[in-house]
This record gives sequence, C-alpha cells and structure tokens, in this order.
Amino acid sequence: MVQFTLPRNSKIITGKTWPKPEGAGNVRKFQIYRWNPDDGKNPQVDTYFVDLDDCGPMVLDALIYIKNKIDPTLTFRRSCREGICGSCAMNIDGINTLACIYGMDEIKGDVKIYPLPHMPVVKDLIPDLTHFYAQHESVMPWLETKTATPEHEWRQSIEDREKLDGLYECVMCACCSTSCPSYWWNGDRYLGPAALLHAYRWIIDSRDEATGERLDDLEDPFKLYRCHTIMNCAKSCPKGLNPAKAIASIKKMMVERQL
Amino acid sequence: MADVNRGNRPLSPHLQVYRPQLNSMTSILNRITGIALLGGAVLVVWWLMAAATSEPYFAVVDGLLTSFVGDVILTLSVLALWYHTLAGVRHLVWDMGYGLDPDDSDKMGWGMLIGAPALTFLTIIAII
Repeated sequence: MVQFTLPRNSKIITGKTWPKPEGAGNVRKFQIYRWNPDDGKNPQVDTYFVDLDDCGPMVLDALIYIKNKIDPTLTFRRSCREGICGSCAMNIDGINTLACIYGMDEIKGDVKIYPLPHMPVVKDLIPDLTHFYAQHESVMPWLETKTATPEHEWRQSIEDREKLDGLYECVMCACCSTSCPSYWWNGDRYLGPAALLHAYRWIIDSRDEATGERLDDLEDPFKLYRCHTIMNCAKSCPKGLNPAKAIASIKKMMVERQL
Repeated sequence: MADVNRGNRPLSPHLQVYRPQLNSMTSILNRITGIALLGGAVLVVWWLMAAATSEPYFAVVDGLLTSFVGDVILTLSVLALWYHTLAGVRHLVWDMGYGLDPDDSDKMGWGMLIGAPALTFLTIIAII
C-alpha cells in the first residue's frame, strides 16, 4: 500500500560527524546512511570527509577509503568493482546506481548515499533482497522445453539470438525495481522491472517452449499490470537497459495472443 | 513480505531521497489531474442539474461557477483536462510500442508540460 512517510523505526536521526583526515587539502564531504541492528537505535546519517588525493575516482573507491581509513564498521556489498556483479547497488545522489561505475565527478555538492529505496535494511547500505530474488525465481529464468533434448546444443539463428540483446546483460543489481514507485507501494505482489525484464528475456527466446505458460503466469492484475510506465527503471539502469520497454512488449503480447 | 521483515529492520528511505525525474513527475501529474478532474466533472454536473431543477437554484449555482473563484477553478480544470488528454495520448503511443526510450518519453513529457498550457490558452481565446 502507498505510505509516503517512513515507519517510526525507520525515521532518520542526526548521526556522527567523523574528523577530517589529517593534512588533507582536497577533501569531499560524504553523508552516508547508517543502521546498526545491534544498538537498538534508529537509522542515522553520518558525515565523513574523504581525501581525494588519496582515493580513486569512483564512489566505491571513496566507500573503501572510509572503511579502510576512517570507520571500519561501515558496511556495504561490493565485489567486482567494474559493474558486472551488481553487488554495490545503492542510492547515490538521489539515483539508484552501482557505486563502482559512478564517478564522484558526476555529483555536484556533497555525496549522499542511501541503501536501495523502500527495502528492509540488514545493516548500513545492505538491503534484504530475499523477496526480490524470489520474484526473479518465480518467472522461471531458465530454458523450458518439451521436445526431446537434441544430441548437441539447442540451436538458435543469429536473428533470434539478437532479440536477447538488451535483456541478457542484466546483472540483477535491483537498481530498477527499487527505483519504481509501483514496486515501492505494491512490491509484495508486483514483480517489478527486473523480474519482468527476465520474464521477457525467456518469453522471446526462440528455443523456449513454455511461452504460453509464462504469459499465463503474468496475466494478473498485480504481477505485470502494476507497471504504469513511470520509467524510473530505464532512467536508473546502470547497464543502460530498458525494463519499461520489455514490460510494454509483454503487455503487447498479452493483447496480441487474444486476437 | 513477512519473511523479509524479520526482527525490527528499518525500511530504507524512498520518496524522501529519490531525486524527482521528469518522467516520474509527469506520471504522477497524470494521476493527480485525473483525480482533480473528477471534482471538476462533479461541478459541471451540479451546474447541469441545477439548470434542470429550477431557475432560482440555477441562478445560485451559476453565480458560484461564473464568479472569479469559479472561473479560476474551471480554467484549471481545462488545464488539467488538456494535460490528462495529452498524457493519455502518450500512453497510447507507449502501448503501441513506440517512444519507450527514456529520451523519447522525456521529449513527450516536455510536450505535455508545454502543450497543456498552450492548448488551455487557445481554448480560452476560442471561448471568449
């Protein structure tokens, strides 16, 4: 349901301002969301100062700088540091993106970092993605076939393979789904842009033989049709994909198959 | 989401921190104008019903709706109607599978934001 304000336990209180690094001339101010499950307090926004002369150019570099040199308790997910694993998805400067491929020079003023929006927080910048992953699993993100397995691989023409471009590149970082107001208000039943993009990726795969079943499963007032083409998903995708277009294509197939 | 909300986990901020986008603002404006137009439609129906009821009653309602405040409300309703119409056209374009790139949808968004006041202005001129 739509709830514009945060629940009582989620209201953000003023946090700690950490000292500036000694002898640093070129510093940048960071304001970062903190929540510790063990101290019983509300979330807070801490202020840090990063020495840019001693730090890489990306937002993730600054987070690692803070963790290594200022506050080792700062908690966030990261792995590949090159935009392929999707771990470091967070809300930076008001937009969901990957910290590792978002340059600090793209941000004006102080750098504000929050976890992915409208998600239960495990700690600091780490959201609980259990439900998000379960929704992904619900669209059967694998090849479903009925005919006998061929002796070699399942063949596909070059043209049919090209239909998967712009879909298969998704790294499931959850930036799109957690940028979507419909997903905020109805995320329990609406599948969200990421899961629906994956659903479409298998629906139009020429080798897949469960297209009808896949469309049947999505023929639901909430799973698919809570998308109102707000387009925050396409704007935020750090891989430049367009979930809104994939969802529109599913809606179109729903109509076309009834003709 | 019972399983996800184990313990006393806070909900991360959403509207509070997400930067307003042209696409999201034009979208919510479509919803707002749609709801506002319901109120505008009630006023117009009230006007017609008053005309069908009696001359003194119509005089009262007509006086209210053609007063300065009434003019402002009905002019804003025209603005809302044009905006909502243009947004509806954008949805038709989307439903046919066109204009779904963020840049294209933003161009149509600007078209709505500029087009609605322009068409309202033309409507006023046509009526006066």
